Amino acid sequence: MATAVSQPVPWYNPPKIARAVFQARRYPVVPVAILLFLLVIPAVFAPLVAPHDPLKGSLSKRLLPPVWAQGGSIEYPLGTDKMGRDLLSRMIYGARVSLLVSFITVFVGGSIGTALGLMSGYFGGKLDTLIMRLVDIELAIPTILLALVLVAAVGPSFGTVILLISLVIWTRYARQARAETLTVKEQDFVARARVAGASHTRIMLRYIFPNIVNTLVVLATLQVGTIILLESTLSFLGVGIPRPTPAWGVMVADGRELIVTAWWVSMFPGLGIMLTVLSLNLFGDWLRDHLDPKLKHV
Amino acid sequence: MQRYILRRFLHSLLAIWVLSMIVFSLSRVTGNPLDVLLPLEAGPEEYERVAKHWGLDKPIYTQYLIFMGKALRGDFGTSWKWQGHTAMGLVLDRLPATLQLAGLALLISVVISVPIGVMAAVMKDTPLDSFSKLIALLGQSLPSFWLGIVLMWVFAVQLGWLPTSGRGGLSYMILPGIALGWFQVAALMRLTRSSMLEVLDTEFVKLTRIKGLPEWKIIWKHCLRNAAIVPLTYFGITASGLLTGSVVTESVFAWPGTGLLVVDAVRARDFQVVQAVVIVFAGVFIFTNLVVDILYAYLDPRIRYQ
Repeated sequence: MATAVSQPVPWYNPPKIARAVFQARRYPVVPVAILLFLLVIPAVFAPLVAPHDPLKGSLSKRLLPPVWAQGGSIEYPLGTDKMGRDLLSRMIYGARVSLLVSFITVFVGGSIGTALGLMSGYFGGKLDTLIMRLVDIELAIPTILLALVLVAAVGPSFGTVILLISLVIWTRYARQARAETLTVKEQDFVARARVAGASHTRIMLRYIFPNIVNTLVVLATLQVGTIILLESTLSFLGVGIPRPTPAWGVMVADGRELIVTAWWVSMFPGLGIMLTVLSLNLFGDWLRDHLDPKLKHV
Repeated sequence: MQRYILRRFLHSLLAIWVLSMIVFSLSRVTGNPLDVLLPLEAGPEEYERVAKHWGLDKPIYTQYLIFMGKALRGDFGTSWKWQGHTAMGLVLDRLPATLQLAGLALLISVVISVPIGVMAAVMKDTPLDSFSKLIALLGQSLPSFWLGIVLMWVFAVQLGWLPTSGRGGLSYMILPGIALGWFQVAALMRLTRSSMLEVLDTEFVKLTRIKGLPEWKIIWKHCLRNAAIVPLTYFGITASGLLTGSVVTESVFAWPGTGLLVVDAVRARDFQVVQAVVIVFAGVFIFTNLVVDILYAYLDPRIRYQ
């Protein structure tokens, strides 16, 4: 039997994200700029950018208003809190906390979710039913309640927050990974690999995973905003990042009692959260619009 | 139809059961609870005595069965922080306040989102539509606790129109009501809009126009009735969103409901109260979801035959 000479079948699709970035006609300039200046640059370059130590404050300088109000000074551009700590520096380090939490939870939750979803879709059968049932149950339990129960048991800490948020977000990755695995595993190159004697693990890692990683990365991007919102809510309630670490949610909580006299202590961190999440949502929408239409439901 | 209801009911029971196991095991996971209950100098006989008293010397599954037995009768133990009160008693005391606030929040969110959603669908691609999209986006991005603080600052501190916190009449309820309902506004508005867009395209709407009915009647009476089914199914999620949102909003406005109760209990590591609140909340929305599912199956016969 003569087979026509053809191009070798590529065993994975090149990342569509790169193509989207280079071929888009309209770039979300404003959201990305906001994100850069509010989140990424402060987070990465915190020690270089922050004018003061976020943890040490001088009590003689407590509750100074921002620089444009009466009594403010350029030394503390956004004012100080009730312990005399510079608000701007705390916000810069808070950006670092937010970004760190988002990255780690996306990595942990995403890995677990993807692995479970992949296995669920690939093997099917009882494993599939079990994992999907787990997902359903997890979705039936509301987030903040789970958070409160967990923190009441083990106490608030950085690790607890990561664990908690990972537990909440893995389900979306599992569902997405499973749905895509179901389509990919029907393709020819998977059958060929099986015939060639590849083990299940090899097929999953080398053949299926690279094909589903696109949408998962988009999902991760879309989720960073939600994660930041969730983490700041938990920190506000006192069950997230513990004091004195400067997390934006904690800062808003600290300023709540001072709202009458020192509005800036709450306002600026809250504004920071809102602008960051807003920009992330806008950026995520742009990303989703410029990639596969099948991502519309993500 | 009966099979569908039965399936949903069993599924809800499963979810509650799993949650109770999670709650139970978490309370036992952090080392020996006796270390919390007893002072440091207590000797081994003290440990034994207290262990017997609390039933902690029995194997874990016996403890779980005792816990379940008590829970089913509504006994969640006594609170550690608020001496002399039972955990369930505290929850039931504060529940009316939360329900009151949640009710107002729901009313506010429906009153705002449905009309705007309908008009956004009817006047698609006009500035009103863009405005509704903006509100939806803001609703998703605003942290609800910050919204509460901003509202408090603008209306209570700067303008002095409304009180800042505490429970009372309508003036005390408005700001927390808005803060609580805001998150639902975004989602409800989007759902109403997309659902209305679908209905506006259907055949029977063309028939009503041919009949010569006034446009407002077509939109508000005929279309809305059909379009309202979809947001209704969202009500289950709305209810859970309101309850969990109340945790945050009540903290901001010092509204004495179950939300504030659970936050205070968590801070004081009063696990009995936390257990009681969590199970009650979970019960409420699993039940609400069940009712909504059944209602939806009743209203939309296509669902029943899945």
